[in-house]
Amino acid sequence: MTEVESPSPEIMLTFYNRLYPFKSIFAWLNHSHKPGRLFTHREFAFTINTSGGEAYLRYNSFNAADELKKQVCTLNPTRFEIGPVYSAKPRDRKTLRPGALQPELRELVFDIDMTDYDPVRTCCSDADICKKCWPFISAAVKVLDRAIREEFGYEKLLWVYSGRRGIHLWISDKAAMELTDIQRKAVVGWLGVVQVGKDSSKKLNVRNAGTLPPSLQAALQELRTVFPALILRNQKLFASEEGYLDLLKCIPDSKMADKLSSKWEDSRGTSEERWEELLGEAKKNQNVWNAIEDVILMYTYPRLDAEVSKHRNHLLKAPFCVHPKTGRVCVPVDPHTVDSFDPSTVPTVGQLLRELDEMGNSNGEETKADWEKTSLKPYIELMNNHVRTVIDVKHEEDMTW
Amino acid sequence: MFKGGQTTSPDVSLPHVTNSHLLSYPNTLNFYERPPLFDVTVEEFETCALDRLRILAEIESSLARNRNWDELSTVTKTQCDKYLPLNSHRSIRFTDLEAERKKDHLSHFVLRLAFCRSEDLRRRFVKSETLLFKVRYEIALTEDREAFLGSRDFNWTIVPSQEQTQLKEDLERAFIGSKSEFERTKYYKVKWTRVPDLVEKRKVFLKGGWAYVPTKEQSSIVFHEFESHLEKTLETTARLLPRLDEDTRLLPILNNISQGFLAGVSSEWAGASGSDNADEIKAEMIDEIARRSFPLCMRMHHEKLRKDKHLKHFGRLEYGLFLKVLGLSIEEAIVFWRKSFSRIEDDKFNKEYKYNIRHSYGLEGKRANYPARSCIQLLAPGSSEHGCPYRNFDEDNLPTTLISVYGPQGLRSSDIREVTDTVKGKHYHVACTRVFELTHASCGVNKGDGIGGGESVTHPNQYAARSMELRKPKESKDAMQVDP
Repeated sequence: MTEVESPSPEIMLTFYNRLYPFKSIFAWLNHSHKPGRLFTHREFAFTINTSGGEAYLRYNSFNAADELKKQVCTLNPTRFEIGPVYSAKPRDRKTLRPGALQPELRELVFDIDMTDYDPVRTCCSDADICKKCWPFISAAVKVLDRAIREEFGYEKLLWVYSGRRGIHLWISDKAAMELTDIQRKAVVGWLGVVQVGKDSSKKLNVRNAGTLPPSLQAALQELRTVFPALILRNQKLFASEEGYLDLLKCIPDSKMADKLSSKWEDSRGTSEERWEELLGEAKKNQNVWNAIEDVILMYTYPRLDAEVSKHRNHLLKAPFCVHPKTGRVCVPVDPHTVDSFDPSTVPTVGQLLRELDEMGNSNGEETKADWEKTSLKPYIELMNNHVRTVIDVKHEEDMTW
Repeated sequence: MFKGGQTTSPDVSLPHVTNSHLLSYPNTLNFYERPPLFDVTVEEFETCALDRLRILAEIESSLARNRNWDELSTVTKTQCDKYLPLNSHRSIRFTDLEAERKKDHLSHFVLRLAFCRSEDLRRRFVKSETLLFKVRYEIALTEDREAFLGSRDFNWTIVPSQEQTQLKEDLERAFIGSKSEFERTKYYKVKWTRVPDLVEKRKVFLKGGWAYVPTKEQSSIVFHEFESHLEKTLETTARLLPRLDEDTRLLPILNNISQGFLAGVSSEWAGASGSDNADEIKAEMIDEIARRSFPLCMRMHHEKLRKDKHLKHFGRLEYGLFLKVLGLSIEEAIVFWRKSFSRIEDDKFNKEYKYNIRHSYGLEGKRANYPARSCIQLLAPGSSEHGCPYRNFDEDNLPTTLISVYGPQGLRSSDIREVTDTVKGKHYHVACTRVFELTHASCGVNKGDGIGGGESVTHPNQYAARSMELRKPKESKDAMQVDP
């Protein structure tokens, strides 16, 4: 168990100075080791604590990784965000004629936040996350990762834990960077199934003439395997009256629903028993069977924050930033092992600095970079492996870390 | 009523080129890839552009009115037949096809010049031109359509039957329609980014970034191609336009045309279509009425709305209720605000503004019939940005504003002193009444008459209603002189 801590400004400054992988972030955004427009025309926004509260500084841009590092260490922000590549350098914005600063390129990004799952989780709410609800996120990662690779053909996907209760996806393929806002909206439309927010209890409308489109059929295949453990065993969603009534609302056969409802009213059945019972009934009726599949999608399909993905000029927190409330570092996540990823074992900034202190005394190898001596190491290596795939092939020989 | 710009009838306006008949324009459908390279008179240049503009304005207005596709298509067809007919070679009517198509071609390119100058104009032009193309594509003869599809490389791959068989199960799952239809359909493969509308609605099968588009959705590729091609060329035109080494003949025409579109063009010929009922106030008429008959407070709201394409909450409330009492129906009010907030997307408008508009008409919430604000309410302290301009504007600002707003209505700088003196004495309603008298002198209003029988202004709606009443008989007399 790691304690939850809000990191002090001194801790943050040391973290930026000694551990934050500016070089990797630079190469990942720039697709090359030589600074180009992808980096120099890129917007960075800093959130800093001032005496009067938080200040948000937008339209910063930098010529190279060193410059970014210098500014970060000067401002010592609680976090910083990455925006699009503009038609000009964002920091020159005031000297440009109006309208000359247009967002042009941007990673295609997705944001999944546990709060959007509140209607279907019983273990925690709001900002909390635990071992019982992380599988929602890992199911989302698997479904989206497959869909984006197979259907859209993108390959350069970076999943990043958001430091508290969610996950971000950054897609760096050239074709994805070039998408217009209309095309981004189309991707969201294609991938979005469950209405997030106040319409979340609305019935799904994803079938045509009773058939699920192939993309959702594939998602269902995956989610079917997740459903029993997640919804029935972890969340026990149908054990309460409210829970099973919500479930029965989705059943188009009202006789069947009434029958089950009156039966469950008096019994103290588990979610699993009730689900089995419902499946038994549903086998007789194709319509109900479809509704059951829709229920699986409704309870487990990824819930996207659509606005983040739709517009090129939306900013998103940079990987390896520290979550200001939990102190945890926003580390990359390998989608292959996302099931075993445990948010509570992600290093906090305080922990990392203690590790550094202990190492310092033991007088280890001098040649190693600081991060290599800490538990941040595997995550930065994961990042660097990803960066290698993003770097243009012709720059491959320049690899020098 | 006025029939501006309609001096020449289309039949005689364009010269015939009889020899190359169907060679230069073999089809009713045109992707407008080659600019017109023939001589035109300045008059043709303007009239054909205005004719096309009427059609585009009607399309815009249909969108703002939330007309569905069938309605939009019918309205557009009627407008096309009237102003820019395009007959197929099968048509039984005797028409000069070459001249029709030439006019279509020329007018498109003239409007490109007029509408390439700002992001907003480009976006609106592309939207309405694409819809016009869609309407025409739908009514085109099958043979014309096929010839058109064959005339140009749309850069799609016809999915070979072997691949189609391999993917049969997935394609069928993704297919919307009957089984027999599916058996017959062919598939075209394009990069998914070329059919975002189909992807958004999951109407295609996607694999590795390729969209498999069935024949019946093929037109989506064509429309999207039309749209993105036009977007690109408009941007190029915008970059090149400053280098247009032009004398003073064309630029004023182009300015005029683009201004017309900005202000919701259809107003000047709304009367010409004969479809409106004389008493009803239409969204498109507000600009004109505001110019002639609004008191300064409401006029300020209107100017601000036009300038910023937005009004803040209390501004909307004051102005909205004023328009309601003026006689703007709820349907027209929604059209008016929808068009006025041109920078706001449909989604946002429907979510955030429509409810409030309906609320002020008593159709939502507690369903109260809210009255419009009177002068007393507008003069109440605390209304700084809005409220009565005679009270809130400073000494320098008020005279300039009055002259720029009411100059065209007959207010002279020599009159200003009198008005500002009353303002100094804090008699704001007297100032407003005096302005009313001065600007309605041409309708026979004398000093001291007020808004009738010596009455002073106490309500913006009273001011506007009286003004409209005074202007009405005169307007029709004018019109009779212009249009005997």
